[in-house]
Amino acid sequence: MTQTPHTAPRPHITPHPHPAAGPHRIAVLGAGVMGVGITALALGHGIPVLLVDIDKERLGRARDDIDRELRTAQLLGRLPAAGGTAALELATDTGGVDDVTAVVEAVTEVTEVKAGVLADVSARVRPGTPLISNTSSIPIDELAGHAERPEDVAGTHFMNPPYLIPTVEVVRGARTGEGTMAAVSTLLTALARDQVVVRDAPGFVTSRVLHPMINDAARVVQEGTATPEAVDALMEGCLGHPTGPLRTADLIGIDNLVDSLRVLHRRTGDESCRPCDLLLDKVRQGELGRKSGRGFYAYQEENR
Amino acid sequence: MNGFDAGATEKEILRFLEARTKRTWGTGTDLFASGGLSSLFAMELVVHLEKSFGVSVRGADLRLDNFRTVASMTGLVERLRAAAGGTGE
Repeated sequence: MTQTPHTAPRPHITPHPHPAAGPHRIAVLGAGVMGVGITALALGHGIPVLLVDIDKERLGRARDDIDRELRTAQLLGRLPAAGGTAALELATDTGGVDDVTAVVEAVTEVTEVKAGVLADVSARVRPGTPLISNTSSIPIDELAGHAERPEDVAGTHFMNPPYLIPTVEVVRGARTGEGTMAAVSTLLTALARDQVVVRDAPGFVTSRVLHPMINDAARVVQEGTATPEAVDALMEGCLGHPTGPLRTADLIGIDNLVDSLRVLHRRTGDESCRPCDLLLDKVRQGELGRKSGRGFYAYQEENR
Repeated sequence: MNGFDAGATEKEILRFLEARTKRTWGTGTDLFASGGLSSLFAMELVVHLEKSFGVSVRGADLRLDNFRTVASMTGLVERLRAAAGGTGE
């Protein structure tokens, strides 16, 4: 069920597209790590974004967070050479989503929260507007059942940071429509992402494979076999992992990782998915990774 | 606004790098070459230079080559300070 990635035709080469003139205008729900990253990716590729979060404080930080992501993307040469940054709108409710061309849901990795948000927006958008969940673990068909039109719901699993990682895992639920899959593909092409389409299952491919591995890496530290630095150095140096599993945990956010592991454990019964004590301790102590300044590693607070 | 001390700039950048990476670096070493730092660390360098030296790195200056070595960062900071001084900012 994989699909050869499309080569992006660079659709946004005009220097400063008018927000209303482009073919895309998306809503991103949730201004957490992934919502901010996906918003930055879209803006940097000329696609206007309405970013919605009920948390005013978090929304207040979003502009600075997005600016930093965009600057990092530019620094690393990951934005189109030509093309301006598209317009960003912020809102604390979904009242403005009625005319968007797609919705990307990136709220907390808890089924009830995602289900509620999808039910709400599916009643507001035009029928046929793709409702894309960025869940890392929850089966898409389970979420689709809460939308007015389950055929409009699909999954995309962007990695963090979205502008740096070229490939997106796309999940087709049992009821996802042909038109929805085509619209998702068009959007991802406009974002210059390669796509691999897989079938629906808890954790799909990437989380199903990666999350238990990170859990084991943390367990190795918990048992005193090695330090986080040693675990990552071995996984990088011997096995070719790009950043090491524990640095990856810090990038994902340890709270989100634990939420995903719980989803996987509950749905697969696989004991290797039960979050280990060290991960749970870190969440209790607020050591959530890069976003909180400390996880398995320390990050400079002002620079994270 | 003349007479910035490039030696002091270089020293401060080296101090920051060593504090953050627990390694010593030469002024001409490519920080992001194989076995070096993650390219994501480059943004920490940008933020640190802006805060420490009161400069703003924008537009075409925002590219990895400007942050590849201590020497290139020192050059960037001196150039941006001179430009800011020249316009009376």
